[in-house]
Amino acid sequence: MVDPGLYMALAAALFTIGAMGLLLRRNALVMFMCIELMLNAVNLTLIAAGRALNDLNGQVAVFFILVVAAAEVVVGLAIIVSIFRLRSTASVDDLSEMKG
Amino acid sequence: MVEGVLFVLMAIGALAGAVTVVAARNPIYSAMGLLATLLSVAVLYVVQLAHLVAAVQVIVYAGAVLTLFLFVIMLIGVDKEDSREENLPRQRWFVGVIAIVIVLLAGGVTLFGEFDWVPAATQVLPEETNGTVQAIAAPLFTDWVLAFEATALLLTIAAAGAIALAHYRRREA
Repeated sequence: MVDPGLYMALAAALFTIGAMGLLLRRNALVMFMCIELMLNAVNLTLIAAGRALNDLNGQVAVFFILVVAAAEVVVGLAIIVSIFRLRSTASVDDLSEMKG
Repeated sequence: MVEGVLFVLMAIGALAGAVTVVAARNPIYSAMGLLATLLSVAVLYVVQLAHLVAAVQVIVYAGAVLTLFLFVIMLIGVDKEDSREENLPRQRWFVGVIAIVIVLLAGGVTLFGEFDWVPAATQVLPEETNGTVQAIAAPLFTDWVLAFEATALLLTIAAAGAIALAHYRRREA
């Protein structure tokens, strides 16, 4: 059995890459994909911890995260599409109306 | 032994996919990188006996969510390149520092932390039933039934919200 810490390290690496992408990229779609990446890293952590602790509740929590992520993607992509219909851009730099 | 080999292979696949998501200039390549990461992580779920979650990951994420992403990419247009100029001062420098701090923290905890995994006292799962549909359904519909109903409500609201957003029209002036 692979040490659970190694799974955690992989999850941390995935989360870091996702967070860097979220901070660096300007395309709203790519930023959204980076959020999915971070969610997956957290899921991997929960599964590894649940395996190490011999507890099924980790997998149940991942199940709920998957459902919430699916709902989030539906609404988020609908928002991106309606922004694109109004402004013809998917770059978050161009959306600065609320800047003080 | 099998788990070790699979872990190394799938870790490489997941990391390569993640780097592709962030680094690719074309959003299509980002979506393909995300697909590689999702499938690699699904294999890691199977390795850790989370069979139902792995199946849901492939069906919902790699199937439905990624299709939705590709659909929107095609709708918005893939020919527009992302601009690479920095509009916020010192943004890359700042992100690099944050990334180094997170990597150092995670690496330190992983390599030098003393993990003391205490198995849950109440349930000891035999290998062959861990992560099956029956095994997940038991806590899902007893301990977590309130959360289950809340997600049902959330999905309904999300579907209604997506339809409302799709129907949005600019008011004629």
